[in-house]
Amino acid sequence: MVAIHQPGDTLLHRLPVGPKLAGLGALSLTIVLVRSAPASLLFLAVALGLALLARVRLPLLLTAARGVLLIALVASLVQGLFYGAGKAVETFVDLLALTLAAVVVTATTPVNAMLDALVRWSGPLRHVGVPPERVALTVGLAVQALPGTVALALETRDAARARGLGRHPRAYLTPFVVRVVARAHETGDALAARGLGDD
Amino acid sequence: MPVLELHAAAVTVDTTDGERVVLHPTTLRLTERRVAVIGANGSGKSTLARLFNGLVEPTSGRVVVDGLDVAREAGAVRRRVGFCFTDPAAQLVMPTCVEDVELSLRRHERNGAQRRARALEVLERYGLGQHADVSVHALSGGQKQLLALAGVLAAEPAVLVADEPTTLLDLANTRRVGDLLLGLDQQLLLVTHDLDLAARCDRVVVVEDARVRYDGPAEAGVADYVASVAERS
Repeated sequence: MVAIHQPGDTLLHRLPVGPKLAGLGALSLTIVLVRSAPASLLFLAVALGLALLARVRLPLLLTAARGVLLIALVASLVQGLFYGAGKAVETFVDLLALTLAAVVVTATTPVNAMLDALVRWSGPLRHVGVPPERVALTVGLAVQALPGTVALALETRDAARARGLGRHPRAYLTPFVVRVVARAHETGDALAARGLGDD
Repeated sequence: MPVLELHAAAVTVDTTDGERVVLHPTTLRLTERRVAVIGANGSGKSTLARLFNGLVEPTSGRVVVDGLDVAREAGAVRRRVGFCFTDPAAQLVMPTCVEDVELSLRRHERNGAQRRARALEVLERYGLGQHADVSVHALSGGQKQLLALAGVLAAEPAVLVADEPTTLLDLANTRRVGDLLLGLDQQLLLVTHDLDLAARCDRVVVVEDARVRYDGPAEAGVADYVASVAERS
């Protein structure tokens, strides 16, 4: 979850954000549209090749793959039940290839470069009253809110355990929600204090 | 030095039990380089500090920074007044250290490469150079607070308001952050429970029950606060 970006100087690191995202989009579409099990193995090989090219650390790849494993297994089981084993393999391998390709892009692109690109692309929206800087900031915040929220969840659960409140959902859900909202207020204050979103 | 002024500024909040006064009408004029605000938990010192960059708006009276009315020109005031929070976790909003500093520099530097170079310079200045690409979640509490300060100071404000910046830190980091704050060229308004730090300031304001109880030289201010606690217990 936490900061997937991996600094480096490979070809993929130096590639501008636009072509990289366009490439990811094209690859994803191809993976989804081409329906054959052998082709999906080829796509997985391509994704792995990209990961090698970008020198993405193995643990990062494994963590990302593990995250999607359960969903991929369930999806391919369902597909297998209805359409047979070939389809099951294809679904599983496709999902894995998609995940790896996405991880490669995330690992080679700093969030600020992504934000800069978003600001550029949402420039035309300025004419309909949407400030591009704010669009970029919102996306950046959403990305960053995840690890923070996970940390809050763990803390709240520990606090409930320490008081012997055990596993009752109410014992940690209520304080968790209260703390997430409080954190949101604090973050809002911090952004305002840094003058972000004023212009 | 910038001039921070309160003109009969008061803050009240509506609660279910009726109105509660967080700050009685207060008039202050702060021109010293380093001003400390001390007082008990819930006395209103944090509210007083937050008035100066518009995080809290006065329900009556006026707040003026360098001739700018905070209510009317909030944006201009915030560019002039930086704010540092107790808990740096709420303040750090980007994944890595250098990116968080870059976020502060977005307004000053449109060019991505130059912005990164400036952010790296800032990190170097605050001793975080080797942590540039490290996740902000992987830093220690002291490093997080240093990074939060670096992020605020990168925008080069004329005034820094710090709300209990050392409360969560260990002794070594308290000294480090304290020395950094007191050594700044900027005007500093420091809300703190660290009386040693307060005593090193040029002026101390003691807040008690939503009122300014004492305002004057630092040593005497700290003594007054200690005496007020002894009276009550």
